[in-house]
Amino acid sequence: MSEERRADIRAGRLPPQAYAARFTDHVPPLTEGQALLEASRCLYCYDAPCMQACPTRIDVPSFIRRIAEGNLRGAAESILTSNPLGGMCARDCPTEVLCEQVCVRNTEQGLPVAIGRLQRYAVDGLMGGAHQSLFTRARSTGRRVAVVGAGPAGLACAHALARLGHSVGLFDARPKPGGLNEYGIAAYKVAGGYAQREVQWLLEIGGIELQCGWRLASAAQLEALRREYDAVFLGFGLAQTYRLGIPGEGLEGVADAVEFISRLRQTPDLAALPVGRRVVVIGGGMTAIDAGVQAKLLGAESSTIVYRRGEQQMPASRKEQDLARIQGVAILHWLAPVEVLGEGGSVRGVRFARQRLEDGRLVPAGEELTVEADMVLKAIGQRLEAGLPSECGLTQRDGRIVVDESGRTSVANVWAGGDCVADGEDLTVYAVAHGLRAAHDIDTQLRNRRARADG
Amino acid sequence: MAQLDIEFCGIRSPNPFWLASAPPTDKAYNVERAFEAGWGGVVWKTLAEAGPPVVNVNGPRYGALLAVDRSLIGFNNIELITDRELEVNLEEIRAIKRRWPDRAVIASIMVPCKEESWQAILPRVEDTGCDGIELNFGCPHGMSERGMGSAVGQVPEYIQMVTAWCKRYSRLPVIVKLTPNVTSIRMPARAAKAGGADAVSLINTINSIMGVDPETLTMSPAVGEQGTHGGYCGPAVKPIALHMVAEIARDPETAGLPISGIGGIGTWRDALDFIALGAGSVQVCTAAMVFGFKIVQEMINGLAGYMDQKGVASIAQLRGRAIGSVTDWQHLDLNRVAKAVINQDTCIQCGRCHIACEDTAHQAITAQRDGRRHFEVKEEECVGCNLCVNVCPVPGCITMRELAAGEIDRRTGRVVSDTRLPWTAHPNNPLRSGA
Repeated sequence: MSEERRADIRAGRLPPQAYAARFTDHVPPLTEGQALLEASRCLYCYDAPCMQACPTRIDVPSFIRRIAEGNLRGAAESILTSNPLGGMCARDCPTEVLCEQVCVRNTEQGLPVAIGRLQRYAVDGLMGGAHQSLFTRARSTGRRVAVVGAGPAGLACAHALARLGHSVGLFDARPKPGGLNEYGIAAYKVAGGYAQREVQWLLEIGGIELQCGWRLASAAQLEALRREYDAVFLGFGLAQTYRLGIPGEGLEGVADAVEFISRLRQTPDLAALPVGRRVVVIGGGMTAIDAGVQAKLLGAESSTIVYRRGEQQMPASRKEQDLARIQGVAILHWLAPVEVLGEGGSVRGVRFARQRLEDGRLVPAGEELTVEADMVLKAIGQRLEAGLPSECGLTQRDGRIVVDESGRTSVANVWAGGDCVADGEDLTVYAVAHGLRAAHDIDTQLRNRRARADG
Repeated sequence: MAQLDIEFCGIRSPNPFWLASAPPTDKAYNVERAFEAGWGGVVWKTLAEAGPPVVNVNGPRYGALLAVDRSLIGFNNIELITDRELEVNLEEIRAIKRRWPDRAVIASIMVPCKEESWQAILPRVEDTGCDGIELNFGCPHGMSERGMGSAVGQVPEYIQMVTAWCKRYSRLPVIVKLTPNVTSIRMPARAAKAGGADAVSLINTINSIMGVDPETLTMSPAVGEQGTHGGYCGPAVKPIALHMVAEIARDPETAGLPISGIGGIGTWRDALDFIALGAGSVQVCTAAMVFGFKIVQEMINGLAGYMDQKGVASIAQLRGRAIGSVTDWQHLDLNRVAKAVINQDTCIQCGRCHIACEDTAHQAITAQRDGRRHFEVKEEECVGCNLCVNVCPVPGCITMRELAAGEIDRRTGRVVSDTRLPWTAHPNNPLRSGA
């Protein structure tokens, strides 16, 4: 009897010294000379399109002009006043579809000003300097706000509320704050422990009490928060991942891409992290790209992203797709998974059915294709924890919490933002914008309440 | 946080950034927008005496000197003073000052060099409630041909005379705006002071021709087939303006006379230059005309940030701090020795430093070492001229190192002395003190 075939998943595919270089900044920081030269390309446009394209309305011409004038602290101030997570957004924003896409230099020179990199240059300048604090808290209002989730939305909300003088209880289910910045995005975008450095800077404002390892798991808990605090902000993201719902999903070697990335981000030793010899990633978003690229960086012989629609429809930006291809990742389109194939309980491949569009709907085109794999990473999206939002009385749409233009939910005194709400895109910068918008509305509400009480 | 508010010859403004008398302050609409954007004050576009308005050309009024990336280096204009009715301007000044009581509103004035002309306009200006007047003795084109503007500013006696009239017929602070189109700025400044001026402002624009159209061989900008010299301003004129400001600040006869600095100010650093050399307020025109009024926010933020970092609490504390560092050549210490140092880690091997030094200076930078491209300073040749620093494209790549006392200057073989040796005491100077 032949030896049972096992999927080839193992750690240490590379020489130990190879990992650090592979997982360092893929977009290196600008030098002073580069930053000044790039800053000189900014035209200080009137009613700048880049600023309009930013969900947090960062005054791009202003901060770039300040870089050019050698006023790095002022540049950082300009950025962080609009977006306290401007350092993270500078690293993980798909600027090619936001600010840089509308830069007028595209028209005139075919090359936008490198806004994201300049933004990082300015914020890093502040964070690396001696005097990192920019903001001081307003006088204490005596009001307390609970913020559930210490990801981008919760952090932005907590920071803004603390600045305005409110006391914030910040809760997170994970051992560390940061949310997807800490657990969910590619390591090479946030090299050098930037996520925690940023959280530390945000918390230095004071008035924020962080409690990690606290999960909102019941309606009773939310009721308790509503009783104990003057307002509640929910920014807990999407805890559940979608299942493929096809045979073979339970085979050894099939995993969630978010889980794979999270383990990668948290491991103290990348060489100890197992990765398949041939990796297949199913999905077409940023998570798929981050998982596919990092699998390759860990030494996978092949890494293939398979998406059921075409290149144009892929949620990951064109630049992200190109980045993946440069790293040697293959991207296949118009293929939907039909079955995960196994042998001896572990993965050996995935069978896909070719798709085509018919009246805007995907339908099988008749052809099937098998891609061999030792590891299959599912990156087809995340969703809210089932049940809980309904139990809490939160109105939902398409599996997300519904909020109004101020971030208010259907439950009194409860606001929400970030990936868990049905508004904007699942990007750090939108989450920050949600957190800030809710913070300002909460502040207005609390002040009005006080005014009424005083009146 | 540093305080940017100033009191300049009795005029208060929340920051030292004023818009200079020029197109940006032509009328209430512009000034309103400027104040909304955060400017601390405005000097209203120069008022003319009542009567038929001034007529401007309708062809090009401006010309520019651009870098290859089309960033603006220098700017020139042939626009005249206001071409609006005096009464309209006065009414708008009155309304603006009422709406913006915390901002400085100064009326620039240019009328013929006759006492009755000044006597006629001054009470009407004062009646608007504006904070002060600026006498336009600087405009170098058009009006100067009619005996006004720089035609007055070039004759110290006229400056003194008109300034004295203004002090006689107005209670408002009088700022005399000086033309740079003179051989020494000290004389007109002294004349202004002698006439009783509360302050001077400078520089006005410099006589200039921007170029010639290579196709038509017509000077540019031209109105049809002919052009005329215009007033030059913008970043390129800043060093000239700084020199003149420093001259007035350090001239014992005018030291302490408030100075409003003008000329190429577009960033907080430019403002710092002027303030450190003695200016109590700064005036801006070209930068606003290129970037819009919002640019003042970057200047305010930069200057306040700098002051915070340096622990300077107010503009008053900053003003004039560099005046003492300006002196005559004969007082420079000839015993100081500096050598250029090229940072090999950041050098991009362009060779500009070498060829500049080799062709035009002291043959003190190598081009090769061991048969390979390599640029390094030969200390035995380097006189410390700073040319290489100025032509190097990489920020901070070439720096000047001052030799410490006791080190040997490899060019002269002498030990660097810690004794001060100015030309006035140098052995080669036959007129040296004690010789």
